[in-house]
Amino acid sequence: MSRPRTEAEYLARLVPPSVAGIGRRRLLAGAAGAGALLGTGALAGCGSDSGSDSGSDSKTVSLGSNQSDPNPKAVIAKVMDGFKTSTGIEAAINTVDHNTYQENINNYLQGKPDDVFMWFAGYRMRFFAARGLAGDLTETWGKLSGYSDAFKKASTGDDGKQYFVPTSYYPWAMFYRKSVWQQRGYQVPKTLDELNALGAQMKKDGLNPIAFADKDGWPAMGTFDVLNLRINGYQFHVDLMAGKEAWTSDKVKKIFDTWRGLLPLHQPDSLGRTWQEAAQSLQQKKSGMYLLGLFVAQQFGNDEQDDIDFFTFPEIDPAIGAKALDAPIDGYMMARKPKSEANARRLLEFVGSKEAANITVKNDPSTLVANSGADTSGYTALQKKAAELVGSATEIAQFLDRDTRPDFASTVIIPAFQQFIKNPNDIDGLVNSIENQKKSIFSS
Amino acid sequence: MSDLPLIQADRAVPSRAATTTFTGGGRRRRLRLLSRTDRVVITLMVLVPLLIVVGLVWLPALATVALSGTSWDGIGPLSEIEWVGGRNYSDVIHNYPPFVPAIQNNLLWLAALFVVATPLGMFLAVLLDKEIRGSRFYQTALYLPVVLSLALIGFVWQLIYSRDQGLLNAVLGTSTDWYGDPDVNIWAVLVAAGWRHVGYIMLLYLAGLKGVDPSLREAASVDGATETSTFFRVVFPVMRPINIIVLVVTVIESLRAFDLVWVINKGRNGLELISALVTSNVVGEASRIGFGSALATIMLAISLIFITAYLAVVMREDRR
Repeated sequence: MSRPRTEAEYLARLVPPSVAGIGRRRLLAGAAGAGALLGTGALAGCGSDSGSDSGSDSKTVSLGSNQSDPNPKAVIAKVMDGFKTSTGIEAAINTVDHNTYQENINNYLQGKPDDVFMWFAGYRMRFFAARGLAGDLTETWGKLSGYSDAFKKASTGDDGKQYFVPTSYYPWAMFYRKSVWQQRGYQVPKTLDELNALGAQMKKDGLNPIAFADKDGWPAMGTFDVLNLRINGYQFHVDLMAGKEAWTSDKVKKIFDTWRGLLPLHQPDSLGRTWQEAAQSLQQKKSGMYLLGLFVAQQFGNDEQDDIDFFTFPEIDPAIGAKALDAPIDGYMMARKPKSEANARRLLEFVGSKEAANITVKNDPSTLVANSGADTSGYTALQKKAAELVGSATEIAQFLDRDTRPDFASTVIIPAFQQFIKNPNDIDGLVNSIENQKKSIFSS
Repeated sequence: MSDLPLIQADRAVPSRAATTTFTGGGRRRRLRLLSRTDRVVITLMVLVPLLIVVGLVWLPALATVALSGTSWDGIGPLSEIEWVGGRNYSDVIHNYPPFVPAIQNNLLWLAALFVVATPLGMFLAVLLDKEIRGSRFYQTALYLPVVLSLALIGFVWQLIYSRDQGLLNAVLGTSTDWYGDPDVNIWAVLVAAGWRHVGYIMLLYLAGLKGVDPSLREAASVDGATETSTFFRVVFPVMRPINIIVLVVTVIESLRAFDLVWVINKGRNGLELISALVTSNVVGEASRIGFGSALATIMLAISLIFITAYLAVVMREDRR
């Protein structure tokens, strides 16, 4: 036995060879192996997950749905059941939470989207069409019937082809409770002055005249839109949203100025409130009216549905009138390269048909169907009135964030409107800031 | 006992004799000393973490810096990306109203955690270290918020802070708009964030206190030191490594603050934070990838200041 040359060697000798030789290294190798196994296992899991039921078999088609709330989700399932009984093709519905769907739409469409996916009419639809992320549906439109020209126009891309099949829509209007108004003897205002007078009366009666919430940023867009449509008209709305008009113009300043005049009638502290809470203040008879979409009815009980009524936002400029409104349209689009184009087109024909619309009417009281051929005798009184309102509209806008670039709407407009609500007096500074940011965004 | 080498690594360093005797063959001999398995394992141990760090940290970071000079919208091939130079940065500073509040809020967040929440957590740890009755219960109660995700905390506090239906206004009989008033909401959120941070720091510090040698305290009390001076003169200096960890955790927490404000109002209206601005520009439907990357690069630069300072301290420590 030789003498150890170093301290380390000496200490090492105290360890039995079996441990020193095998222990660490084998153990590590084993761990690495196990890790590799786990790794591949996990990866394989991912792979099979996304690869399933993508068979190009002629009897299936996949559908990406953003209708994640229980009620609309059940309606979509029923429509797809109807599709199966009528064509024998099975639609695999891939439902994603509404907000997540919207935020991931870019990645979704550039990856492997479902054959058919749900989306909205408006700027974004045309943008996807222009960037080649959506399939041309001109041929399918040839087989559809029962759509007015307004809907066809809303489904048309910048190149004049159709890329969208509209199925449902809902108008924005001033909602109120009939019982409250009857009790207090309020009359529907026809002009801005009458609205102001009504608001003053409501304040005297201890109500918030206009319920208001803007914590999430988008509800205030509805107010801006309707003021713009009343003060400057539909064409200016379209041009402003397309970035063609300057936000520093007097026309835009007049919108903010009118809004500032109305703000005292709005429920205070709106920036901390969700639209649901504002709707509940209407439901609890604490607020007199509320400018929102038809979906406000969701916050009312079943026995209260008949008590809801609405009027369109009153006229401001007699030369412009009060016939234009926001009525966002929801519908379906086709992926650029569907796995089974024939099935995708048959699905789109079906969702655009009377039959599908009838199924929706029967099951969903919160939207209106786009197909005029549908049997709408099942509508509630509220739905009937809403359909009449939209039918009599001269122009239909989609909604601010559907009519303009999403980056502009979410990163410029939302903070700007919230800033305005906080401090309505610095309109010049506000519109300058919006215009500068708009120039930078629209030029890129 | 045989002459079999027991530690391979020891012999992996070629002795002077070996290199001189086997001229030209020294390299081969050295390789033979490390067995095949050794070499594979060492290579794997170096390569795998290296690949992970480069692939998941450095490449994305560099890509962010590169993208911050473009106007990419996230759609289309990389070849179509348009280079805009420093325009995004000048837009961030001159033409993006939420940016300045975001910087202020991040600094405020850091200050609040550092000045209030962290000392409070340390104080609670010292109290709990006294083995008072029911200390297990307090420990669990205080640590509970840390287990909850910040997103969930945002929701819990929403129930408390809601203006019309919240607990706080109902109890106080006020109608303060806790989440909506831009002068108030940052403080309301800091309370919620601090509530969680206190528990985290408490647990870290408590673990450290348990490791302090009791004989130090005995010696101090024999010398007639008071509780306070024992803590500040004896225990606190001994806890230096833990103190540094607590400091680093506080800085990290305030830089990565995000979930809470995102859940509340997506980091708008008084709750701007740089991380929330990055997310709303890059991740959402907006897809201002270039502009968002510029914000992210600024955030990276700010983080680097703290990282550099931390590394400088730690390395000085090692050299000592």
